[in-house]
Amino acid sequence: MIVPLEHLLIVAGIMFVMGLACTLARRNLIMILIGVEVMINAVGLTLVGGSAFWQQIDGQLVVVLLMALTSAEVSISLAMVVYLQRRKGTIEADQYNEMKG
Amino acid sequence: MAPVLFYILSAVALIATLLCITRRNPVHAVVYLVHAFFALALIFYLLGAPLVAAWEVIIYAGAIMVLFLFIIMMLELAPNEAESKGTGWQRWLPVVLLALALITCTLLIMGVEAVGREGVPAYYASPRDFGYALFKEYALAVEVVSFQLLFAAVGAFYVGKKEWRNGGRK
Repeated sequence: MIVPLEHLLIVAGIMFVMGLACTLARRNLIMILIGVEVMINAVGLTLVGGSAFWQQIDGQLVVVLLMALTSAEVSISLAMVVYLQRRKGTIEADQYNEMKG
Repeated sequence: MAPVLFYILSAVALIATLLCITRRNPVHAVVYLVHAFFALALIFYLLGAPLVAAWEVIIYAGAIMVLFLFIIMMLELAPNEAESKGTGWQRWLPVVLLALALITCTLLIMGVEAVGREGVPAYYASPRDFGYALFKEYALAVEVVSFQLLFAAVGAFYVGKKEWRNGGRK
């Protein structure tokens, strides 16, 4: 381990909070998805750091599974973005405030 | 040397992420996020995960961000460039600085061997160990993830299909 684990956790925590703020504050669907990406990467940094700290390989394996999960999530959510854009002509999240029962 | 590089790369990643989440133009946000992913990949390499670092660049920066850019350009979501203020070099300055920092760190990493703080070799996961662990202990997880990718492909196809009901689009 090249640095103390706390420093790595601080970096990952700041990055996670920035992604969370982006997800909560922005109204553009693309920016919301980018915030989710940032959060997932912060989690990956934590996992790799734990893998290096405990000298076990499991953390890195979970990161690889996380990457596959992310690609699945991104593909289906971008398909949703295309669908919503086609339906209402906008991707501002505030425009989707009604239900059609 | 490696701890210094770690702190520099962490700063680059955090600055790039901060710039990313404050951009109004989604294309600029994606470009800054690619910088953050490159910095994270170098951090992964420093932490003894070279395979994960390579996949971070290939999958995240290569595939997923290009998918984002593709959707942004397909739906024409980027605002018009005409009203942006500032001269040319002012807008290019953050990108150029971050890229220069990343290139410098990459060159330094190439010249530095991965040695820990007390002089003992740092933990290093070779691709061989990685493959053994992934396909022996985590074989079930690999199966589950492959199913998940299949479901995502089917779902994306279903959502993106134009004419599904009423035999045509209204």
